Amino acid sequence: MSKQTFEHAHSAHCESGVMSLLLRHHGLPLSEAMVFGLSGALMFAYIPFVKLGGMPLIAYRRMPRAIIKGLQKNLGLEMKMQTFSDPQKGSQALDALVAQGRIVGVQSSVFWLPYFPPEMRFHFNAHNLIVYGKEGDEYLVSDPVFEAPMRCSEKALAKARFVKGVMAPKGLLYYPSKVPKTIDYETVIPKVIKKTAKAMLKTPVPVAGLSGIRALAKNIGKLEKKDRRYAKLFLGHIIRMQEEIGTGGAGFRFIYASFLQEAGTLLESSQLKEASQMMTVVGDQWREFALLIVKAIRSKKSQSIDFAALKTKLESVAAAEAEVYRKLLINFP
Amino acid sequence: MESDRVPQDNISTLANHKKAIYATCETGAYGIVASSGWEVEEEVTRQALKELERLSHEAYLKVLSGEVSPLYFHMYDQRMDLQILAQTTGIFKWRLKRHFKPKVFAELSQKLLERHASALGLSVEGLCRLPNVCEESGV
Repeated sequence: MSKQTFEHAHSAHCESGVMSLLLRHHGLPLSEAMVFGLSGALMFAYIPFVKLGGMPLIAYRRMPRAIIKGLQKNLGLEMKMQTFSDPQKGSQALDALVAQGRIVGVQSSVFWLPYFPPEMRFHFNAHNLIVYGKEGDEYLVSDPVFEAPMRCSEKALAKARFVKGVMAPKGLLYYPSKVPKTIDYETVIPKVIKKTAKAMLKTPVPVAGLSGIRALAKNIGKLEKKDRRYAKLFLGHIIRMQEEIGTGGAGFRFIYASFLQEAGTLLESSQLKEASQMMTVVGDQWREFALLIVKAIRSKKSQSIDFAALKTKLESVAAAEAEVYRKLLINFP
Repeated sequence: MESDRVPQDNISTLANHKKAIYATCETGAYGIVASSGWEVEEEVTRQALKELERLSHEAYLKVLSGEVSPLYFHMYDQRMDLQILAQTTGIFKWRLKRHFKPKVFAELSQKLLERHASALGLSVEGLCRLPNVCEESGV
């Protein structure tokens, strides 16, 4: 388990990318898409009363750390997770682990990581990366959302690990302590798919799952009455959560389609492969929705924005996505 | 999305980096395609960045006119708002609002100044003054 044998890979999303790399390094080769799907992290959430940077919380997946937790629950994986109240102790602990030749998952802020270009630096505290070595006072960093490995100074990483605020990392370090040798796909896959589909279709409160998407559509319809600048910022915010934040495209719907395909191959299930194709179409529709929104944002002051059309489009995306989950529930009752 | 339809728009907000997008190849099999970005995401990221710049610029002018303390500018310049600064410093919003008053700010203890400076990633000296030009990037 020396740093020479560690291999970086480019991923769509930080947490699933880190977990895929960590597990691969420990002898369990799971693709990012399998990690994402098996953790049951696919979701949709729209919580108007929780504001981040002045904008309501919109997410296309479950809460940060849900992937790590979901994998532990569903695969029998065990992770060692440590947080620290004292930054100095947190840095010493990381150094000690790296000196042992471990590769370590780290939660950090995005804003304080110097290798992020300024255009990508926002205050988001639940970023994930891997530290796989140290040279001088620089950590060797495998940040899965970048194509190549990075480097980060001791001081900068400490700042990024101990930033306070919403989802504060508290210096979180994690690595697998017990990795299952094999996975009973025949049992696990139907179970997690069923759970995801049920949560998407049947969450009763209108903040999560498909009812969350419909609530968002409804509120888009009401934007007409709001200040135009706010309306445009709000629309842009939706698409940033969908496309800019590492989602692999279409707010994780393409990653999930990739998972359904891989699961279909493993279980030799044509139904799952069909569901994968359906989810791809849904992803394409989310991208069409993004395109419509950008047209609205670009519109001049003299032009009116057709909020009703945006609402209708989002409702049709929700309807198409619901079909996929219904199909999955029929096949995995 | 098919892999040949993955946008390669060389967008400025990715700053020459590439992001991983999931797409299907000719056989329909999924894989990762490195994308230089989609103009749609460039537009919305630019929009968010512009909003941050606007807030920072407005704050700069307010400090210049003596209406608020430099802390107010640095908060926006470091892409924060009242909520984020309160969480990062661990200081209540109402207290921070007082610190935005030039008179109150001028009399803050060294300890409080250090707390603000550390949250904003600045030196105390840097916190207490305005940069000569309002830097555009904000970082």
